[in-house]
Amino acid sequence: LVINQTKKSLEIQPGETLLETLRANGYTGVKYGCGSGDCGACMVLLNGEPVNSCQVLTASVVGESITTIEGVGTMDKPHPVQEELVKAGAVQCGYCTPGIVLSAVALLNRNPHPTDEEIKMAIDSHLCRCTGYVKIIEGIRNASERTDIPGSEFKVPRAKHRK
Amino acid sequence: MSKKESIKTRNPKLETRNFSTVGVSVNKIDALSLSTGRAQFTDDFSVPNTAHIKLLYSPHAHAKIISFDASDALKIPGVIDIIHHGNVPAILHTTAGQGYPEPSPYDTLMFDSTMRFVGDRVAAVLAETPEIAEAAVSRIKVEYEILPALLDFEKATDDDAPIIHPEKGKGYLIGAPYFPEKNIAAKILIDVGNLEQGLKESDLTFSETFYSHYGSHSALEPHAALSYLDERNRLVIVSTTQVPFHARRICSHLLQIPIRQIRVIKPRIGGGFGAKQEVFLDYIAGIFTLRTGRPAKIVLTREEVFISSRTRHPMRVTVQAGVQKDGTIHAIALNALMNTGAYGAHALTVLSNAGSKVLPLVNKAPHQRFNGITVYTNLPVAGAYRGYGATQGYFPFGQMMDIIARKLGIDVLDLYRKNAIRKGETSPIFQKLGEGKEGVEQIIESCGLDECIDRGAQEIGWKDKRNKKIRNGAKVRGVGMACMMQGSSIPRVDMGAAYIKMNEDGSFNLQIGATDIGTGSDTILGQIAAETLCVGIDDMLVTSSDTDFTPFDVGAYASSTTYLSGEAVRKCAVKINLQILSVAAEMSRMPVESLTMKEKKVFYPGGELSFQDICHYAMYTANQFQIQASESHFTTASPPPFAAHFAEVEIDTETGDIRVVKYVAAVDCGQPINPKLVEGQIEGAVVNGISWALTEEFLFNEKGKLTNPNFGRYKIFTAADLPDIKTIVVPTWEPTGPYGAKSVAEIGINGPAPAIANAIFDAIGVRFHSLPFTAEKIFQALKKSER
Repeated sequence: LVINQTKKSLEIQPGETLLETLRANGYTGVKYGCGSGDCGACMVLLNGEPVNSCQVLTASVVGESITTIEGVGTMDKPHPVQEELVKAGAVQCGYCTPGIVLSAVALLNRNPHPTDEEIKMAIDSHLCRCTGYVKIIEGIRNASERTDIPGSEFKVPRAKHRK
Repeated sequence: MSKKESIKTRNPKLETRNFSTVGVSVNKIDALSLSTGRAQFTDDFSVPNTAHIKLLYSPHAHAKIISFDASDALKIPGVIDIIHHGNVPAILHTTAGQGYPEPSPYDTLMFDSTMRFVGDRVAAVLAETPEIAEAAVSRIKVEYEILPALLDFEKATDDDAPIIHPEKGKGYLIGAPYFPEKNIAAKILIDVGNLEQGLKESDLTFSETFYSHYGSHSALEPHAALSYLDERNRLVIVSTTQVPFHARRICSHLLQIPIRQIRVIKPRIGGGFGAKQEVFLDYIAGIFTLRTGRPAKIVLTREEVFISSRTRHPMRVTVQAGVQKDGTIHAIALNALMNTGAYGAHALTVLSNAGSKVLPLVNKAPHQRFNGITVYTNLPVAGAYRGYGATQGYFPFGQMMDIIARKLGIDVLDLYRKNAIRKGETSPIFQKLGEGKEGVEQIIESCGLDECIDRGAQEIGWKDKRNKKIRNGAKVRGVGMACMMQGSSIPRVDMGAAYIKMNEDGSFNLQIGATDIGTGSDTILGQIAAETLCVGIDDMLVTSSDTDFTPFDVGAYASSTTYLSGEAVRKCAVKINLQILSVAAEMSRMPVESLTMKEKKVFYPGGELSFQDICHYAMYTANQFQIQASESHFTTASPPPFAAHFAEVEIDTETGDIRVVKYVAAVDCGQPINPKLVEGQIEGAVVNGISWALTEEFLFNEKGKLTNPNFGRYKIFTAADLPDIKTIVVPTWEPTGPYGAKSVAEIGINGPAPAIANAIFDAIGVRFHSLPFTAEKIFQALKKSER
């Protein structure tokens, strides 16, 4: 697998999901929320497109490019999306946040100036029980208005095939 | 120290209300680490050699275990240990994480031979991997004698109802009324004046019955616990808990080891909303670690959270009201029947809150009654859930106010204005109805309800939309509203404590027992300390909720943290403030009275001292000591926040489809410490409340099994479902709170159900007495009303 632009050779069990593989290998920013692909807490980018990693068998994505939250920004150099979510007060318990950051980054990569409706649709596969989504939408909107996005150091692989 | 602390200087900020950190929306201190995935939740902790736990649950709503055979399961390679009712001590307790003695009945065992709901725990397996543990669970052989199940809570006290807890020895430590032979887990009757006489004296009387339903907290992080022995053989439990100190005490009781042998650590928590005020996993991990010496971890699946953790208490409430023609409410009664499910966690106190947080809103009625009964059933166990009974009380109350206003032909806003409690007033209910004991008398010292009503009405366009049934083809719109209050902590019950010490660089460690479960309390308490100490939030290093390293706090519940723990922090910081001034006086040889503190400096006539200078002096130069202090706070008041909520709905009369178009929540929570976090609390609670009112529903089959234990079929709101939400914060000043603050966490969830119900009535003239308001129900009601 190529995880966060680094080639990794990992041992996996038969039937192991990408969520399990990633968490077992230290990518604990990827969260388990439901195991049924309904909540988005385990969202990662697969070749630049958001996927619920609990619904992906690791064996089916061998050789593909995975971006986890650990590959998006750091405490010292956060991605503008991360910064703006913080500023907007969009992070309460923060359990859903990594997944939402990834969906937002993917959105802004393909559509740098989304409308509020487009933001809502981009994060519609995520559940958040703390914020009521209001400040998450505000944070992503603010990020989309920044001129420094996407910074080249944060650029994630674009989708190979756009629908 | 005592001399220094006795210097009588009040924090000048309290008088001027000219704040630098309080009232500012500083960034939540853990937000960046959370958004970069760095923050550690319970399941992110890894201890070498950890074994994994899986649970076996009862498939029957009511059954006795006749035989239990784990021999095959134990033969599976990698299975380490299996516990069940036959090999663990039978210690009665309550899983409710409340203060001691808990006002909930002791009716629960770690593992029991009687199963009381589908999801009751039969056994637990410890194995090298979660997969092996799961395989072992499926190999345990259990024979059951199936007993008749009680699945209709309205039949719980019938003569022929199955008895859920016939065993002797169960009941309340506090001696509260308890009649398990009638399936009654709690009973309350409070009278003010004489209800019957009051109804007789009224021009108009009303009586209607409403039903609130189950609800899943749906915290995105499932419950989890990790336990291990430290190098001195003490038991460490990392837990997704809202109540670390109560968890330690309850684990000590169940594991039969002293409190000193247990350390509970709360890391980041992925939401709680009351779900994690229950202590039911920590001791399972703990007992395995004690039995085997192995670190043990349990993480519930989402399905397990649904079937086996906790829910909102369903409630039937009959509201009786007697009203004079001028709109004066003369008599009011809430008659509640509450379903606690198989066990009585919070059976008494959620019930009492349905009265104590509702009736005082119409404090002037001379005749009031709260008559409540909590019953056991063979259904999932209810527990604490944001709103805590007030939600179930306001659904009927808020509709009754609407019904009364319509009958009298007056604006419901005026009905509230005429009858609602005001600053300077009290309610006899405050004293009569407490939590497991008598309440506390209190005078309302801050109330912004009138302004909430006025501003909310203006924002929703009340005058232009109410009673207008504005149509667009098959779609028709309506507006409704509801007013509410909550409390701030449990008076004379709750206590929180804080410790602060100063470092050479002018920073401070703030250590608090208070439990940040995503609310932002670490930040808010840091702001309160920073304000008092004239520093920035970055100068506060906040550590919370480690039973070894932070002082006691009851935990995150009862809307208490900002108000209660916040005042402990403020008082503690005032002590530090005085110590700093006293050192500065010694250094500058100036009287303390001539000193002022500002922006990390102390100014004296002719000079200034930096906090660094002062701390260095105290640590290294003369009369050395650590600038440090601790403080506790408990309260004799529970000042209510107030709110007025307004909903505009659009109903498709051809399909019954309902959409909340706009939602306005105006709230008085005193002085907001962090306005953005206040808004976040309200928005989160409101969306949870709307979702509970419209789409969330527990579906059971005829055997009492939950048939939709997943987010695919238990529908909680997503971003695409959102109405336009407007939050209006009406600032007031609560003199008993830290920097004028009251609570805000719970109140917001009480409004959506009644406000939307009233808006539906405004649109289509149909009154809904039960939740949720699904398109199907609306469609059926429309069809019926056409006939």
